[in-house]
Parts: sequence; structure tokens; C-alpha cells
Amino acid sequence: MAQPSASSLNIKATIVSVLILATFLFAWHLGTAGVATTQKLDPEYAKLMGATATQGKSAMPGPIEVGAKIWEHLKDPFYDRGTNDKGLGIQLAYSIGRVALGYLLAVAVAIPLGFLIGMSPLMSRALDPFIQVMKPISPLAWMPLALYTIKDSGMSAIFVIFICSLWPMLINTAFGVASVRKEWLNVAKTLELGPARTALSVILPAAAPTIFTGMRISIGIAWLVIVAAEMLVGGTGIGYFVWNEWNNLSITNVITAILAIGLVGMALDQLMARLQKSVSYAD
Amino acid sequence: MTKALISAEGLAKRFPQGQGQPPLTVFENLWFEIAHGEFACIIGHSGCGKSTILNALAGLDTASEGNIIVGGKHVEGPSLDRAVIFQGNALMPWLSALGNVELAVSSRHKDWSRAEVREHAMKYLDLVHLNGSELKKPSQLSGGMKQRVGIARALSIEPQILLMDEPFSALDALTRGSLQDEVLSVRAKTKQTIFMITHDVDEAMLLADKILLMTNGPKARIAEIVENTLPKERSRTDLHKHPNYYPLRNHMIEFLVTRSRELAGGAGAKPGELRHPPVVRPTIGGTTHVETARSSQPAESTAATDLQAGRVSAA
Repeated sequence: MAQPSASSLNIKATIVSVLILATFLFAWHLGTAGVATTQKLDPEYAKLMGATATQGKSAMPGPIEVGAKIWEHLKDPFYDRGTNDKGLGIQLAYSIGRVALGYLLAVAVAIPLGFLIGMSPLMSRALDPFIQVMKPISPLAWMPLALYTIKDSGMSAIFVIFICSLWPMLINTAFGVASVRKEWLNVAKTLELGPARTALSVILPAAAPTIFTGMRISIGIAWLVIVAAEMLVGGTGIGYFVWNEWNNLSITNVITAILAIGLVGMALDQLMARLQKSVSYAD
Repeated sequence: MTKALISAEGLAKRFPQGQGQPPLTVFENLWFEIAHGEFACIIGHSGCGKSTILNALAGLDTASEGNIIVGGKHVEGPSLDRAVIFQGNALMPWLSALGNVELAVSSRHKDWSRAEVREHAMKYLDLVHLNGSELKKPSQLSGGMKQRVGIARALSIEPQILLMDEPFSALDALTRGSLQDEVLSVRAKTKQTIFMITHDVDEAMLLADKILLMTNGPKARIAEIVENTLPKERSRTDLHKHPNYYPLRNHMIEFLVTRSRELAGGAGAKPGELRHPPVVRPTIGGTTHVETARSSQPAESTAATDLQAGRVSAA
């Protein structure tokens, strides 16, 4: 059997993807479209209840409404009309900013600490019980403690991002450093590289792909957690926007935000995948 | 008589075993010397501790007993003066061939500029005929080329001693042959002192000036030192035509097949021979034992007791 070339496979996959999307949109449209109502209602009641009751219209917005909403947001993503009415772009920027800050703090702690754990069997054993206990704690469980001690909701959200990004990076760095091949370390020893140069020019590049795997997992988790954290702390951010629009019963906005969260998450993941690829090596 | 560059004095390696059991002795009473510019090979079956000896010489491992003196100094740890060519090529896969050699050069010459380091590294890549492939990553190089990079890296730091741990064992026969030629030509140029582990009798005969034959472990020791009786100027193609080729080869094969086993576990060791293993010269006219002439040297106290013990047992 002839193997299909990669490009023809790509074209076919794209066609199938488009078909799936079209089917989904069509089903969504059918499912939410109004079915002609037969019921006679008191006009006063019908007016109160709106289209949902009078025309059998679903409370769920259809794809056309959501599409219109997305277009509206795309036209003006950065408007700011007070606390409860900011553009989607601004809200996303707040969230990305918090994630970036908490994540970079976690990088600054996890990588040196991971090196220490990976290089010292003593520290590895000594710190293991702490890591094992801390790792499974839901990051949001830290929120009350963070609010109480930091006394700033924005900083608390950043702390929560920090704590949830820490563990995958820490564990992967320690693992990557500990599993650097002995022969490379022996080369470093015979070349009298010294501890600092060995760490920078042998261990770091050797462990980099593993470290970046941890960093990629971390950014994914951080983006998951920021939505929940912002729902709790409120004020700004895409998580707050989702909750606020739920309170406004604006399901179109909620769906739009969900889509935006997915796209940004994908972009962050792809960015980390690029970085990971740039440090990986063929053995 | 010139003083030996490397001297191993009574090396032993023991590993602790389970509770109540005596430690496992891999080798003991190991004495040998290697002179400046000499090429010494060590041959023995797996498990006799050859790699441990090499790692101890490199300073990567420590012997349980005994001393290693290199250039009049105790070996305390790894040094740029003792370069190692590892069995696996041990190249850094994220660096190019040039990058791998540059890492070594820059560690030797910390004050050199980038251009100086590059020029020096290129010189050694040229020496092993890798010009043109210097920017390739190890994964893009063949097994033989990778090992050439390893050789260039080791030579580029201009070490006193080159230690090779079965450097060609993972290569196919053709590649191995061309790398052996490479080592011969490099050695003709640099007059490097080399200590090499091998499994291959023919390789030892082609490359080495003297061959240390080890008995099987545990309690392995050097049973004999074979002097290479082939002419100094030799090549792979005409090696087997020399009359001394078969006597030399048969002597070593016979050792590896039967005597290495018979002498295992310290059997047949004459106390006087431990410190100065017999030196033999297998030639077409028969195998002659060489008078080591070391007994005339001013003996240290331990040597004296060894010799006395030897006389007692001989009497």
C-alpha cells in the first residue's frame, strides 16, 4: 500500500477538521434555533419572559449570535468603560500578566532548587517529603492563606500561579539534572571544568529538554488555575470576566471568553513547545 | 634508565559485599610502569577490572589500595594532563564536533580568545581528518567520525598521557582499521604516551609497544608483560608477514584462552613476580624472558621484602 505523502495527509486532515466544525456549528444552530411556539400566553407574561417563552427560543445563544459577539470584541478589544465593562483584550492582558509574573517567579525558584536537588542526593532525600506533601495541594487551597498574609488580591492570585507552576518545573529540573549521563560528567571532570562551568555548559544543556518539558506542563497548569483564581479574587482578568458575564446572564460573552481562554492557552503551549524544540538535541 | 612516567604501585580494588561476607577483590597487587612516549595496552577478559584501572589512572575512580604516580605526583583526581577517550564517544550531543573540541580547548586555555580556541580546535579536527564536518552535530556523524571527534578532543588539550578505554570496540571492522591507522599516525606525530584497554589481540599488536596481560578476576593481577617484537615501523597491511607475528599472537591467544583462567584468583603467583611481572619477548626463535634489570635499582623497603620473599620461594 502506498503511503500518503505528508502534505496530502495534512490537506485531508484539514478537510475533516472543517467538516467536523461545520457539523458542530450546524447542530448547535439547529439545537438553539426557535421552534414555532403554539402556546397562547398572556401577553403581559410573554413580554416578561421574552423570546425564550414566546417563540420557543432556547436560552442558549446560537452560533450566529456568538459569532456576532466575537466580531464585536474583535473590533474593539481594549475598551475600558469602568470596572465591570472592559474589553476582552484588556481582561486577557491582565490574566497573561499575572500568569507571566507568577510563572517567572516560579522559574527563578524551581530551576536553582531543582539543580540543588538533582545534584545532591542528600538534599533530594531531605526535600522529598515536603515536595510530596505540597505537590498534590490544589493551588486554590492556598488562596485564603495568601489573602490573609499578602493582604492584596492581585498579589494573591500571582502567588497561587507561582505555587502551582513550581512543582512540575522543580520535579522535572531535579530529574533532568540527576539523570545527566555519567560519561558527560566524567568528561567535565577530566577537562577540569569546575562546578560552575560544569553546571552551565554540561548539566544545563543536557537537562534542558527535561526542564522545558516541566516548564511546558507548568504554563498549562498556570493558565488553568488563573481562570479559577480570578473568579475568586475578582476585579480584572478573564476569569473575573467569565464570572461577571455569568452574573449578567450573558451566555454569549461567556462562550466568547471560553473560546478566548482556549486560544490563549494553545498559544502559550505552542510557545513553550517552540522553546523546548530549540533546546532539544538528537542523541 | 629513564624514570617511568606512570607507575602503579600495588593497586587493589575491593567492593564490600553483603554483611558477614569478605569484600570482593576484583584485582590486587597490581604493579606496572609506563615510560615517557610508551604505548601500553592492557588485555584481559571482562571482569578483571581493566576499566577500573584506567579510571583510577584518569582520577575518576579510586583504588582501594596502592598508589598511582604520574610524573612524580600522586594521582588525586582528574587532570587535564590525562585525557580520556571513552568507550562510548561521550560527546555532548548538543554541541557540534567543533563545539565539543572547543569546550576542551577553552578549559585548557582559559585566557584564549574565541578565535584562538577555534583555530586550535580546527587544527586537531584536521589532524583526524574531520575538516568539512566540524559543524555537524554528533547525531549527524557516523560512529567512526564520532570517535574521531573524541580523539581530537582528547588530543587538543595536549595531555601528557592519553587513556583509551576500548575506544574502537563499538565500531565495525573497517572503521576500526582506519581509526587504528589514525592513532598510529597521530602517535608518530605527537609521540604521545598512551595507555589503552583492548579486547583485540591484533589491535594490541599493531599499536602497542608493550602489552600487559591480566589474569581473570576476581583477584586479577598482571601475569606477564609482553614486549612487542614486531618492527617499530609497522602497518596493518604487512603486519602478519613478519616472522614474529605468529609467535607473538599465539603467545597472547594462548594466554587469553588457557593461562588467564588457570592463573585466576591469584593462583600461581610467585611473590617476587607481583612487583615485577615477568617480561617476555615472543619471537620466531622462541619466547625469551627479559631480565627486568629492576632488581639492580635501589630497592625500597617493600621491594626488598618482595625480593626476599621471591628468593625464599624460589629456593
